Amino acid sequence: MKLKGNAHRFEDSINTDYIISGRYKFRIQDPKELAKHLMEDLKPEFYKSVKQGDFIVAGTNFGCGSSREQAPLVIKHAGISAVIAKSFARIFFRNAINLGLLLIECDTSGFQQSDILEVDTVDGYVLNTSTGDKVSIVPLPGFMTKIIEDGGIVEHFRKYGDFKI
Amino acid sequence: MAQTIAEKILSAHSGKGLKAGDYALCKIDFCFGQDGTSGLIIDAINKMQIKKLSAKSKFCMIIDHSSPSPNIGVSAIHKKMRDFAKDRGLKLYDIGCGVCHQVVVESGNVMPGYLVVGADSHTCTYGALGALATGFGSTDLAISLASGKNWFKVPETLKIVVKGKLEKGVYSKDLILHIIGDLSADGATYDSVEFYGPAIYALSMDARFTITNMAVEIGAKFGIIPPDKKTGLWLKQWTTKRQKAVYADKDARYKNIKYYDAGKISPKIAQPHSVDNVVDIHKLAGKPIDEAFIGTCTNGRIEDLRIAASILRGKKVSPGVRLIVAPASREVFLEAMKSGIIKTLVEAGANVVTPGCGPCVGTHNGVPSDGEIALSTANRNFKGRMGNPNAFIYLASPATVAASAVKGRITDPRR
Repeated sequence: MKLKGNAHRFEDSINTDYIISGRYKFRIQDPKELAKHLMEDLKPEFYKSVKQGDFIVAGTNFGCGSSREQAPLVIKHAGISAVIAKSFARIFFRNAINLGLLLIECDTSGFQQSDILEVDTVDGYVLNTSTGDKVSIVPLPGFMTKIIEDGGIVEHFRKYGDFKI
Repeated sequence: MAQTIAEKILSAHSGKGLKAGDYALCKIDFCFGQDGTSGLIIDAINKMQIKKLSAKSKFCMIIDHSSPSPNIGVSAIHKKMRDFAKDRGLKLYDIGCGVCHQVVVESGNVMPGYLVVGADSHTCTYGALGALATGFGSTDLAISLASGKNWFKVPETLKIVVKGKLEKGVYSKDLILHIIGDLSADGATYDSVEFYGPAIYALSMDARFTITNMAVEIGAKFGIIPPDKKTGLWLKQWTTKRQKAVYADKDARYKNIKYYDAGKISPKIAQPHSVDNVVDIHKLAGKPIDEAFIGTCTNGRIEDLRIAASILRGKKVSPGVRLIVAPASREVFLEAMKSGIIKTLVEAGANVVTPGCGPCVGTHNGVPSDGEIALSTANRNFKGRMGNPNAFIYLASPATVAASAVKGRITDPRR
């Protein structure tokens, strides 16, 4: 998979309450509507600055906090093609894989707001075209790549009726 | 091969000898969703067009996050859950039953050695019963309900040993806040945490649940207190099922071992806006508060309410402070009524609301105003958590919250 887009820079420990506040997730069921509130408590009207295919770039422990699956769901529906972070919280990680949202684990310290990044999951690197820096990415286990390629676990189950990993 | 508790229980559920780092498909003993996550569980089941739900008898849904419904959006989700439960013949705990983590342990569906997943991040609470329990997202939960299994990565294990004895007025909440402050919010990401030591085993079951409940706040996948006699007796209140405790092997491999001395710990407060921003109470003593909340899956159990009542007995909540109390379950509520705790709390000026999560998760029942300070017994103080991103949430023990509600300021319960 090869992707290219703008970096939207966030810090360490971005929790699921910041990604999508609890006050909306219980009220709104439509993921497109919900996506308008992505990261709103950190950056008001953030969704307006996202172009289809952009990246969220963060530090360590991205997605910590609650188990709300609306977190990766709104990221996907806001048009973000992948989250690139130093590390991910466990439940967020599982949810994202299950929904088919690509997560890239690598050293993000050199990526700044609005840098243009190129991701190559086959050769395993992220290239910062704004600086020319290239960093290698931590590969995902094979069965997770399979789930993402199937379009998420729901599609995987629809196809096979059970786990086929 | 010497194994940790997580390695042993996951091995037993996969039929393979597993060690940290391995991936495996494991059978699940119990799973559930709540009203913040069940809507998406139902959507996923429908999208997958799954007819037979393999884990049907090992599943339940609980309406607790917005209970009773505060608005029409939530009402639609609740209706969807009730309809789904009826159509598929599934167990549903409707409004008033309580917070999922109290309802599930009281239901007798979690036993030592079990593997339990819940569509709620504080599912790790059940580790106090010697079970491996962890939070999942909705789709993951749907997969577990549909197939009766799911994939797991076997975690590394961190061993925490707490020696000494907690001082009077210092509680398990203070101990776990101290540990979280020391290890930080990602101090144990993906790890299983095993708790040991005399200070842990001296705790009641109610107090132990507070410890394992907050294991996720250091990023842990599991938080476990290996069972002892107290665990066994507590379980017998709720179930006659046979108990088979699982213990770590003597020479099991730990990623790290941390030691704490309970005797050196004073009451703690987690300051806004992260749970690991922990300080000794003296640093904040005297700070005025607007709202005080006692409840949640962390500290809404009978012992917590009893401690609060003992402090509030014959006293009044300070004018200008709103004290809200949410018992963790109907069982807890009833017990608190029978023993006079509710009367004491209400006489002091407390507002007792339906057992549930509302104030903690900001759905209703006490959303603070801009700039206000809320002192809460919950497990999270993230910006916006109680429903207003312009409010400030401080976390503490029920004793600290009760003592502070009386004074109108953050107050050391030992004084």
